[in-house]
Amino acid sequence: MKESKKELVGYLRKMMEIRLFEEKVMELLARNIIKGASHLYAGEEAVAVGACSAIKPDDYITSTHRGHGHCLAKGGKLPEMMAELCGKATGYCKGRGGSMHIADVTKGNLGATGIVASNIPVAVGAALSVKMRKTKQVVLCFFGDGASNNGVFHESLNMASVWNLPVIFVCENNLYGMSVAAKRCSAVKDMADKAKAYDMPNMICDGMGILDVKETIEKAVKRARRGDGPTLVECKTYRYFGHSRSDPRAYRTKEEEKEWRNKCPIKQFSKKLTDNKILYAQEIAQIERQAEEDVESAEKFAVESPYPDVKGLRDDIYAPSPANLLNGGAIR
Amino acid sequence: MREILYKNALVEAMREEMERDEKVFIMGEDVAIYGGAYGATKGLYEQFGEERVRDTAISESAIVGAAIGAAITGMRPVAEIMYIDFITQAMDQLVNQAAKMRYMFGGRTTVPMVLRTEGGAGRCIAAHHSQSLEAWIMHVPGLYLVMPSTPYDAKGLLKASIRDDNPVVFIEHKMLYGMKGEVPEGDYIIPLGVADIKRKGTDVTVVAYSRQLHVAMEAATELEKDNISAEVIDPRTLKPLDIDTILTSVKKTSKLVIVSEGYKTCNVASEIAMLVTEHGFDLLDAPIKRVCGVDVPIPMSPVLEDAAIPNKQRVINAIKEVCQ
Repeated sequence: MKESKKELVGYLRKMMEIRLFEEKVMELLARNIIKGASHLYAGEEAVAVGACSAIKPDDYITSTHRGHGHCLAKGGKLPEMMAELCGKATGYCKGRGGSMHIADVTKGNLGATGIVASNIPVAVGAALSVKMRKTKQVVLCFFGDGASNNGVFHESLNMASVWNLPVIFVCENNLYGMSVAAKRCSAVKDMADKAKAYDMPNMICDGMGILDVKETIEKAVKRARRGDGPTLVECKTYRYFGHSRSDPRAYRTKEEEKEWRNKCPIKQFSKKLTDNKILYAQEIAQIERQAEEDVESAEKFAVESPYPDVKGLRDDIYAPSPANLLNGGAIR
Repeated sequence: MREILYKNALVEAMREEMERDEKVFIMGEDVAIYGGAYGATKGLYEQFGEERVRDTAISESAIVGAAIGAAITGMRPVAEIMYIDFITQAMDQLVNQAAKMRYMFGGRTTVPMVLRTEGGAGRCIAAHHSQSLEAWIMHVPGLYLVMPSTPYDAKGLLKASIRDDNPVVFIEHKMLYGMKGEVPEGDYIIPLGVADIKRKGTDVTVVAYSRQLHVAMEAATELEKDNISAEVIDPRTLKPLDIDTILTSVKKTSKLVIVSEGYKTCNVASEIAMLVTEHGFDLLDAPIKRVCGVDVPIPMSPVLEDAAIPNKQRVINAIKEVCQ
């Protein structure tokens, strides 16, 4: 492994944070402390952490409705995230967005979205902006297998390829779009093949193996920074929970779930670290305890935070405009 | 003052803003070499090159989505959708992304982009190239909506729209591109949300915008011979909407007619009428009348197309009715 011990520990810790965060969210949903919908990322941690560890802090990502993992992997903070999920004023979006709208644009997280595939062209636009501003940044565009059947996916890949933009399309193929298996609704088995129509290189990696994800994305990032254009990377992965909390998971078998549980990205990576004598089992347990403590304190922060003031209901719909551009007395 | 065409006023606005700010760029279908389906970007490709004037594939959703992505990362795109009828292809990007991002992200981002498009009937190009869909846009919190009726307004409002930090939908009218009017050379700005009294009058207030403003003006001129003095107000921007100027006029005239080319049901006029009722019911001496497009897909045949949208006679009839 070419990574330093510190880096490897960091990846493990981040994946654990995501897993524990999602388990906590599940618990808080059941206790009705978190309302609304949350689509949990557990099982897919290696994708977000592997991909985000292949880019720099000033690079961009776009996320999805299943976006908690992306946000944390991009450096998002547990307390602000948990507060947002609870609809609190201290959350990333002041409680307005909840699970599906978390963004931290100044940190390069251009946001999650509630509409499948809708962030793919936004990522292309960010990459266009990078190219026009000549900043050498790259954009990681996360989306699922389901999104690759949407029209705007195809419009966007075409545009990115024609303009040779520094964007990496990261398809998290977790086998199902809500309940419908990819094999029942996608004409090709590997979503990566869809890049061929746009003369775009494509790669497939093991989405349960963080180092494989990282290495694959690194190759794509290298191409993008060189000015050689976009790449489509498909990560084969699996979500451990249902689509959302109301999902009985009737469309998949217990055996299949067990099979993928055995490929758990955290267990796999922990084993790799102990097998290679980089960490002892006790150290791993200690890292997990620390992550647990952080998630607990995020929960405490969120629960104790106030709800937003209703007086601010219509704040921030519009950015302020100077008087020479706008009559502030007009109705909007 | 010199007179130039509406389309050239638009070109001038974009040229001046692109010269002023290198972050401003143009993207859309046929905007570069062709110069825009109605010539509103003509000459800009030659001046600024393909980096800043970008022909795109016929991918409306990606055009608007890419404009959003560029806007939130430091650019100021002016995207063009050739006909507003095609906005259906990009509605998710416009309504769910551009309009909501700032609010949903806790006010931590801005989406400084302009979506230029055109609408309206008059060229016998039927139901997919002739609609007036501004009510859809006006309905959505987070968007501004600008609909200039003259070359002067077109230039000043487009410059304001490009400089504003919010997503602005800027709807031109296909029958106005060839219209001439006075336009100052160089920089001037018309702020969003300031209505313009295009004709002073005392007996009735007529609110009209875009091409229908001119229909209302013709009707007002003709009504002079009947001794009816109509005040014609062009809101110029439907969001923000300068309701104060309309109310001030209604206070004087006590009568209101609203003209719009959009379908009658849930028309922009319905909203303006309701606002006047809410804020100025006591000012009115007669029921408000609206003259709108007929609730029908715009047909091609010139006879049918004419019948589907307001015209001078219909506006005159409505004004006479409220002035009885």
